Amino acid sequence: MHELSVTESIISICLKHAYMNNANRIKKINITLGELTGIVDQCVTFYWDMLAKDTIAADAELCFTKVPVRAKCTSCGKEFRVKEYDLTCPRCGNQKADLLSGREFQVDSIEIE
Amino acid sequence: MEIEIYEGVFDANEQLARENQETFKKSGIYVVNLMASPGAGKTSLVMHTVSNLKDRMAIGVIEGDIASKVDAMKLKDLEIPVVQINTGGACHLDANMIKQALPHFDLNSLDLLIVENVGNLVCPAEFRLGENLKVMILSVAEGDDKPLKYPLMFSETDVLLINKIDLLEFCDFDLERARDTVKRMNDRIAIFEISCRTGEGLKAWFDYLYDKVSKKE
Repeated sequence: MHELSVTESIISICLKHAYMNNANRIKKINITLGELTGIVDQCVTFYWDMLAKDTIAADAELCFTKVPVRAKCTSCGKEFRVKEYDLTCPRCGNQKADLLSGREFQVDSIEIE
Repeated sequence: MEIEIYEGVFDANEQLARENQETFKKSGIYVVNLMASPGAGKTSLVMHTVSNLKDRMAIGVIEGDIASKVDAMKLKDLEIPVVQINTGGACHLDANMIKQALPHFDLNSLDLLIVENVGNLVCPAEFRLGENLKVMILSVAEGDDKPLKYPLMFSETDVLLINKIDLLEFCDFDLERARDTVKRMNDRIAIFEISCRTGEGLKAWFDYLYDKVSKKE
């Protein structure tokens, strides 16, 4: 829902690093996106066209790598994929689990020329 | 040419949140980030909480809304410092907005700062403000399926207040089912059943918060 402000952050991160490297154009942006963040990648792409249009990132391809939500049971140590945000261990039924992945949201790299 | 960055999209906000946290710590203020849908009872809860605790501790409030001073006006009679932030369209408060609001308070004189976030079950969960405690309200009129539909908020919060329990007989809200669903997502959560209209259950919340603020935990 806050993809607009999130897109602004991504643009400013990309532009900062592009200028630091004297880039003329940003061709591609690689982003890691955890499924627990609730960010919709199509919305980011939609806002990108609006917000980046007068910058060197205007034509950049946005490439999202989605990370599933995974957790580890604190009792039996089972690692499992979390479905519907239910942290109950599928092996022993314990309800306490540590989140292993799913909250990631970062710009991994940019391709420039 | 590929340039590796590995910079978190929320890093700028996280950094500002940490700075706010330092400011709060130095001034000895305990900060509550109160989140819920529009109409769940955030402002009513703030009013009850301030009325009950203000003789025992110095309280300030930040009101976050997209527009208007309606909430700040409601709190006027409580005679405590209130700052209204209008986000002008943004669906959540962020750490920078809180930072900008802080100079309006005499921070060293406050014990507790309650931040009433923008009415929204989605975005506020994502933006840390530098708070000590995340508190959310779910009102029974919204339905007990909300934890499944807005999981991040319920996974992130420290406290869940189930409000409007005086309406339970008129709604299909199953308290046990709600508790069970939320506990499966977040086993460290503290849950209180309250009614801001009748006052039922509020004392347990006041005592809990008073204890937290006293111990600064």
